[in-house]
Amino acid sequence: MKPFDFVQPRTVDEALAAWEPGAAWLGGGTNLVDLMKTGAVQPAKLIDITRLPGLDTIETRADGATRIGALVSNADLADDPGFARSFPMVAEALLSGASGQLRNVATVAGNIMQSPRDAFYRELDPPSDPLSGGASLAVLGTGGRFAAVNPSDFAVPLVALDAVVEVRGPGGAREIALADLHLPPGDAPGNSTALRPGELILALRLPAAAAGFAAHSRYLKVRDRTSFAFATASAAASLRIEGGRIAEARLALGAVAPRPWRVAEAEALLAGRAIDADLFAEAAEVALSGAVAVGGNGWKIELARRTAARALAMAAAGTPARMPALPASPFAPQAGDLIHA
Amino acid sequence: MPDTLAHPVRFGSNAGQPVTRRDGIAKVTGTATFTADNSPENLLHAVYVPATIARGRVTHLDVAAAEAHPGVTMVMTPGNRPALQGDPSAKPTMFSFRIEVLQDDSVRYAGQPIALVLGETLEAATEGARLLNPRYAAEPARTRIDDDEAAPVEPGGFGRPAGVEHGDVAAGHAAATKAIDVTYETSAQYHNAMETHAVVAQWEGDKLSLDVPSQALLMSCAGYAYFFGIPAENVTIRAPYLGGGFGSKAIPTGPQVLAILAAKETGRPVKLMLTRQQMFGPVGHRGATRQRLRLGIDDGAALTVIDHEGLAATSSFDDFVEPAANASQGLYAAGALRSAHRAVRLDVGTPGPMRAPGEASGSAALECAMDEMAEAAGIDPLEFRLRNYAETEPGTGKPYSSKALRECYMQGAERFGWSGRPLLPRQMKDENGLLTGWGMGTALFPCPMFAADARATLRSDGSALVETSAIDMGQGAWTALAQIAADSLGLPLDMVEFRAGHSSLPDGGVAGGSGHTATAGGALHAAGGDVIRQLGEIAAADPESPLHGAGNAAFSARDGRLYVDGDDSRSDSFADILARAGSAELVGNGSASRAPEDAEKFSMHSHGAVFAEVKVDPDLCQVRVTRMVGAFAAGRIINPKLAESQLLGGMIWGISFALHEEAKHDPRTGRIVNADFAGYHVPVNADVTGLEVLTVHEDDPYVNALGIKGVGEIGIVGSVGAIANAIWHATGHRIRRFPIRIEDLLTA
Ligand SMILES: Cc1cc2nc3c(=O)[nH]c(=O)nc-3n(C[C@H](O)[C@H](O)[C@H](O)COP(=O)(O)OP(=O)(O)OC[C@H]3O[C@@H](n4cnc5c(N)ncnc54)[C@H](O)[C@@H]3O)c2cc1C
Repeated sequence: MKPFDFVQPRTVDEALAAWEPGAAWLGGGTNLVDLMKTGAVQPAKLIDITRLPGLDTIETRADGATRIGALVSNADLADDPGFARSFPMVAEALLSGASGQLRNVATVAGNIMQSPRDAFYRELDPPSDPLSGGASLAVLGTGGRFAAVNPSDFAVPLVALDAVVEVRGPGGAREIALADLHLPPGDAPGNSTALRPGELILALRLPAAAAGFAAHSRYLKVRDRTSFAFATASAAASLRIEGGRIAEARLALGAVAPRPWRVAEAEALLAGRAIDADLFAEAAEVALSGAVAVGGNGWKIELARRTAARALAMAAAGTPARMPALPASPFAPQAGDLIHA
Repeated sequence: MPDTLAHPVRFGSNAGQPVTRRDGIAKVTGTATFTADNSPENLLHAVYVPATIARGRVTHLDVAAAEAHPGVTMVMTPGNRPALQGDPSAKPTMFSFRIEVLQDDSVRYAGQPIALVLGETLEAATEGARLLNPRYAAEPARTRIDDDEAAPVEPGGFGRPAGVEHGDVAAGHAAATKAIDVTYETSAQYHNAMETHAVVAQWEGDKLSLDVPSQALLMSCAGYAYFFGIPAENVTIRAPYLGGGFGSKAIPTGPQVLAILAAKETGRPVKLMLTRQQMFGPVGHRGATRQRLRLGIDDGAALTVIDHEGLAATSSFDDFVEPAANASQGLYAAGALRSAHRAVRLDVGTPGPMRAPGEASGSAALECAMDEMAEAAGIDPLEFRLRNYAETEPGTGKPYSSKALRECYMQGAERFGWSGRPLLPRQMKDENGLLTGWGMGTALFPCPMFAADARATLRSDGSALVETSAIDMGQGAWTALAQIAADSLGLPLDMVEFRAGHSSLPDGGVAGGSGHTATAGGALHAAGGDVIRQLGEIAAADPESPLHGAGNAAFSARDGRLYVDGDDSRSDSFADILARAGSAELVGNGSASRAPEDAEKFSMHSHGAVFAEVKVDPDLCQVRVTRMVGAFAAGRIINPKLAESQLLGGMIWGISFALHEEAKHDPRTGRIVNADFAGYHVPVNADVTGLEVLTVHEDDPYVNALGIKGVGEIGIVGSVGAIANAIWHATGHRIRRFPIRIEDLLTA
């Protein structure tokens, strides 16, 4: 690991003042420190933001929006009963990610900012001869380039629910739609976001309308190992159902693109229609229509399609009263105990 | 533990009891001292520097930069590496491999040592290692089984398996009315014991003290002694606890030898502990295989031939060829049998024995092929195996010393509910619409005995000290061997002080081959017997003893007393016998053995049958093993609780082999790109549900004095095939490559 400076500011102002080119914000460190150890990222200075006051609360604002402080841990957010009731698929996505130990340490801002930690990304230079299977190569949103998929589960339901990122930086405070946070890949693989140099995420915000989907809202995550593995494909599906018809739909896919992938076309197709399995298959078809296989991963496109269709069907069936024993898994279709895998 | 044992076996008051692991509290409270917990004064820390290409030469190391870093005390490279007295390519002991110890600047695999950096702190040495910034002249790496020509294996003992041929193979093929010809592939797997390879080395003159996790203490002493040109008795190894070994810790490895060399050179104690990433290369692995199986049956579904060809990957500079094809030789009564091995040389570290070497990979392919043959015959896979049940060893016709495989099949099938299984695939769905399938596999594992010695010392207070350099690598030797020792002396467990894990003790042999309890236990049993025999002689000759004159009658030892057999009214306590004789202690010695005529006459194997249920999502193709029942006949079970753990652990490894484990190489650099536990997957708790072990009663009068066959490895065998066969039964798809992944089923 390359030597680096380490500072622990006590206020947001101090933190912003501490920033300089080559510095990185340190949240839980579960992603950043890993990548520093392998040499994939080599910051000259770490600014530990975990001591900053006031960034670890979940609050409901006067306009009904929910504001999640940047330092709230993944575990605390998922376990917050009020939050899980209003945004069940977000809680489900969080609980399907990483492991209990990691979720205790990982912050919500760190989660949406995480870089792919898979082999492909860490090898730094894009492969001429892609790794077997291409499981972690993006099939959407790359313009045909090789790019690793965005690994976050949490960001997938968030983007479906119109989450907004509140940031502050040298140029003052501003807001970025989560959908615009991750930029299309450039020539180098990796993590490029719309954050400007020195900008710090202070909070994530879900608009009041996002809670309107609570009754029909699911996250589904498919992977070879039942738990503690990144998604091979995932989908967040939410429906607002009125009089037996879909009044409004939200659909986002995970592990298929370098960013959480919201599919407005599929949402539009679903709006106003009656619930039926063929409709979900059709929506899924639309969702993947632009996908391009790379490195032999055509199977991933098909898997993502099936995952999207299934997630929609699960959402239509209704949010379970209790968190499934294996959150987001196809193996826990019944509501189970609150046992976190 | 739920008492799932059909017949708990007792031969004394201790063996046969599910005694809780005696080292458990020390381990869970962190007081058990593993190698790297030792930090002698004046310690230097060594950091291993692995090659990051797989083939070529190191052209530059920035040694000056590393040396200039504060706290770095030495940088060892091929340029300045002090001489070793032994030849790194020689194989001084059994199970040895050529070691990589900075012989030259060439790189033969990613992960090979290219330098060792020493520092006053681990941090300083780590930074020094980074500053070396190696440059290479790289050549294209060969890491896939097709990347080079395969060649037949020249048989030559360990690592170079001979093929086998029994009966007329051509005639067997010709006689078949139905035949299959299938090819299965298995992936490279890395042992990855929780405790990575480590060493703490200290020299005093030409005497070497080592803390080092070792599965064979005295053999390792001889190996290290050879490399440093000192007598084996000058080397002392302390290894009270191992955090797992799985075959990778039997012999000295290159990184460990380098650290010891650094200690010699600097005159200071040196500690080295490999990182998880560094485990992927220099300390062995299970080589990838491709296996072709041709099976034929006659109209009665009797096997006319099993023809098994294995191709295995090995390194470019040494031989360990996975003896996979031989796994099919001892199991089914086929008219003709053939196995053959070929190898391909790749730019990977040398493979080595990994839990059930040969059997795990070979059985995975064989048991799937048997399932395919049963399918072709249109009969139930269990019925098919029963029709081809070997009453004597196939090929040789030798009788088995014991074989309760039929009982394993029956009890396992009964417990699992196998009789309700539809013959055709894709017939079962659960209430949630998940495809459900049942599969089975047979397990077979040999029962080797190694050499071992032990000493038992009866003390004047009637308690005893028993000693052997046995190894507890988590399997429970501290407990099971103490149980044997206590019984051999007729003492309760708490009257016996058991010492193991140190090379100064009598040679406890090798903790490997599933033979440690039989071997070290056999020696302990004999040593205790020697004490009792001597005690009996003393008592019989002592006019004051109630046993006086009973010289020709047999004695038995119980609860610290000697009794005349069949006459409980005549007894004498150990302490009294010794006191009257004026002896402070009585020492007995014992060795493990198997009667040579029995070894010659009988085929000796543990057997088992594994039944698995999987559920597969019909669209998403995700697989989950939901139930497994393994029924094993492994002779006498010394400690049912520990034996169950071993067998369960093996079955879980079966899940791992079937569905998860695979080292992936980057074809450009030859590096393993998933070289950590985030990328190299083994099952997590959520993958392991509903496992059950039955042990089937078996008395084996021939295998060894205690009738122990061993349970360390057999749990994997059969399990992999059972899972793959269950996946076929659920989905109708035969996936002939392990691990079986979502994409394999999705594109099937
Ligand atoms: C073994 C393993 C398995 C995992 N499995 C999963 C999985 O299945 N699903 C999943 O979704 N995730 C998974 N993860 C990733 C995990 O969710 C992330 O590591 C974690 O959420 C990152 O949060 P953190 O606070 O530790 O971030 P850090 O590591 O501290 O930071 C990550 C990045 O975010 C930046 N950052 C942090 N805070 C801020 C801020 N306030 N403003 C601006 N930038 C900031 C950092 O500079 C850095 O670039 C896994 C991780 C590991 C190690």
